[in-house]
Amino acid sequence: MEIYRAHVLVCTGTGCTSSQSPKIIEEFEKYLKANKLDNEVKIVKTGCFGLCAEGPIVVIYPEGAMYTMVKPEDVKEIVEEHLLKGRLVKRLLAGNKELKDSVKPIEQVEFFKKQKRVALRLCGVINPESIDEYIAFDGYKALAKVLTEMKPEEVIDEIKRSGLRGRGGGGFPTGIKWEFAARSQDTEKYVCCNADEGDPGAFMDRSILEGDPHSVLEAMTIAGYAIGASQGYVYVRAEYPIAVKRLNIAIQQAKEYGLLGKNIFGTDFSFDIELRLGAGAFVCGEETALMTSIEGHRGEPRPRPPFPAVKGLFGKPTLLNNVETYANIPTIIRNGAEWFASIGTEKSKGTKVFAMGGKINNTGLLEIPMGTTLREVIYDIGGGIPNGKKFKAAQTGGPSGGCIPASKIDTPIEYDTLVELGSMMGSGGLIIMDEDNCMVDIAKFFLEFTVDESCGKCPPCRIGTKRMLEILERITGGKGEEGDVEKLEILAKNIKASALCGLGQTAPNPVLSTLRYFRDEYEAHVRDKKCPAGVCKSMLNYIVDEQRCKCCGICARNCPVNCISGQKGVPYKIDQEKCIKCGTCLEKCPFKAIFKNA
Amino acid sequence: MGEQGCCCCGGVDEREKKLQEIIEKYKNTKGALIPVLHEAQEIYGYLPMSVQKKIAEGLNVSLEEVYGVVTFYTQFSLNPKGKYQIQVCLGTACYVKGANQILEKLQEKLGIHVGECTEDGLFSLDGCRCIGACGLAPVIMINDEVYGRLVPDQIEGILDKYRKG
Ligand SMILES: Cc1cc2nc3c(=O)[nH]c(=O)nc-3n(C[C@H](O)[C@H](O)[C@H](O)COP(=O)(O)O)c2cc1C
Ligand code: FES
Repeated sequence: MEIYRAHVLVCTGTGCTSSQSPKIIEEFEKYLKANKLDNEVKIVKTGCFGLCAEGPIVVIYPEGAMYTMVKPEDVKEIVEEHLLKGRLVKRLLAGNKELKDSVKPIEQVEFFKKQKRVALRLCGVINPESIDEYIAFDGYKALAKVLTEMKPEEVIDEIKRSGLRGRGGGGFPTGIKWEFAARSQDTEKYVCCNADEGDPGAFMDRSILEGDPHSVLEAMTIAGYAIGASQGYVYVRAEYPIAVKRLNIAIQQAKEYGLLGKNIFGTDFSFDIELRLGAGAFVCGEETALMTSIEGHRGEPRPRPPFPAVKGLFGKPTLLNNVETYANIPTIIRNGAEWFASIGTEKSKGTKVFAMGGKINNTGLLEIPMGTTLREVIYDIGGGIPNGKKFKAAQTGGPSGGCIPASKIDTPIEYDTLVELGSMMGSGGLIIMDEDNCMVDIAKFFLEFTVDESCGKCPPCRIGTKRMLEILERITGGKGEEGDVEKLEILAKNIKASALCGLGQTAPNPVLSTLRYFRDEYEAHVRDKKCPAGVCKSMLNYIVDEQRCKCCGICARNCPVNCISGQKGVPYKIDQEKCIKCGTCLEKCPFKAIFKNA
Repeated sequence: MGEQGCCCCGGVDEREKKLQEIIEKYKNTKGALIPVLHEAQEIYGYLPMSVQKKIAEGLNVSLEEVYGVVTFYTQFSLNPKGKYQIQVCLGTACYVKGANQILEKLQEKLGIHVGECTEDGLFSLDGCRCIGACGLAPVIMINDEVYGRLVPDQIEGILDKYRKG
């Protein structure tokens, strides 16, 4: 391998690709060449660094200097100053608001200080399209160890002792699941990876697949050895084109290196992996539906038992784990179960990856030791709430989860504490909401999602969630009736008790949890016909502040339905009957003379 | 069932030949139907009845089964899409940051609803889930191009760019 004096890492995850990182790479290539640096400096296209809100991100080693919000125009300066003359481009350095003269190496940036990277170990560090880079960072070492030094039972025992629990939502102990699958006697077994990432506001699994696909392949192969399977399937969303492409490349490379296929490492163990693309159905993230979908049918779930470990894909014993669960496996094997179990809390070992979004300064991907408090996540890692607004609640678990209100901000994040609060760990979606978000509206958002995604097989889910949504639409539409809240509660309980699969059983959670902490908000909608956060349109009025109105007429000219009247010298007025509450007038008024009255 | 526009234009044979090749390729694969549908949609842009029939025959499954699968998954479309496919992210992060206003603006400017295509065939409008760019929320995607940190006022300008071609 050639020796380079500096490495320029450019993020090519989905977030940064969307904000022009391919163009930035082109510019680097151009200016490195122009300055004859292309033999000294290497460009590495990496996966996600995590700090998506500040993208596109460029990190330059050996200094570890992290440049954020880099524009194609900035590249010339970075090459000429940093790479040629050795002077930092201070204005682009991450978190350099206070530290004007020194480099802040990447580990010191606030966003990364409290994180611990196990599953994301190599995301943003290596080029995901190069198996050599993965191998250079101890890749496939765990597989070699397992195949040459360990018996299948010992592998399972190691995973059991590590305390790893499923990262796909349920938190089932992974080692025990492997043991069940290993015990089933059959000549044909399967290993599946759930990369269907259904939570509509999250992208942890996607980032792992885009940033470090080999770790998942290595882990699935280890799993195949442990349970006695020779075929694996990765079920990945078709909406993830970059992940699909990199997985395909990784599978191809692993085959060429003899790390997949026949007689791996010269042993008599053989294992192969195929990709299967999902086609946009949330319910296919549920394990039985996922397997039905791989078989080529409508992805409808079926009752359990029999559990997949006994009768799964093509009727054969099957092990199914989530992407992030797998991504932890090679490191557990390499560093040992005790090392992993030393991270986190008593009942939740290791780390958890979250995709944090919504009303937060540092939107992005983060990995924290279990037991970190929500406060640390929001204020230390996330950099707080933008525009000086007040934190109201955090939503975890997506459409199956619930809210953690501001009063519980010091709760440590673990499987069991979150369930106690009426939420759940979920797969890692973490949406931060501020005072401007209406909790009834959020509950409605998730219910719309489940109604849309209900597969229709069982009536409680198909009809029950629809009834709940109708009530919520009534409430947010200003037509709520006394007793509506109670009806929601009864419906929720019945659906939870009688739905066929996890989708229906958890669908009422967003409503139940917002009711638990924000009941007064529901009541304000129903009784007073008011939306305290000023979100639900039908209950809003736009009003002109006569004192402030300078009678310029800009609002009237911009109103799409011509419902604002007035003239020079006479303050303007909005006809509430005609107003469609689009908010254009408020946006356009240069004197802030229009306000929302909730 | 939206079959117009697929038989009148050139290259029909070319496309059919490709379809047959795909069917051949997957014929002996377990669970072949969904991969075949994915690739067929790539060729035709959508999955008209005539194509579904050929797939049913080729893989030796009933047309009901094929239709059942096509209608179950949102990725598969029975109708043609616009030259420019607009997808508005309605994921949670985008929603809390006002994706709805963006969607409303698009519907107003295009004069169509979600799931529809403009009469001139230029734009189609759909909602989608998190595209993984939550840091830029709210976002929309037009074909493969992503637009982030949007406010409703930018929509007109973006559409104009495509109208001019
Ligand atoms: C409606 C529904 C959607 C689900 N979606 C996902 C998903 O997108 N990704 C995932 O890994 N698990 C999902 N699960 C959980 C899976 O059924 C399964 O428990 C999990 O993939 C097992 O892996 P783990 O033990 O490694 O967590 C979903 C479950 C339900 C009920
Ligand atoms: S929610 Fe829209 S990009 Fe993630």
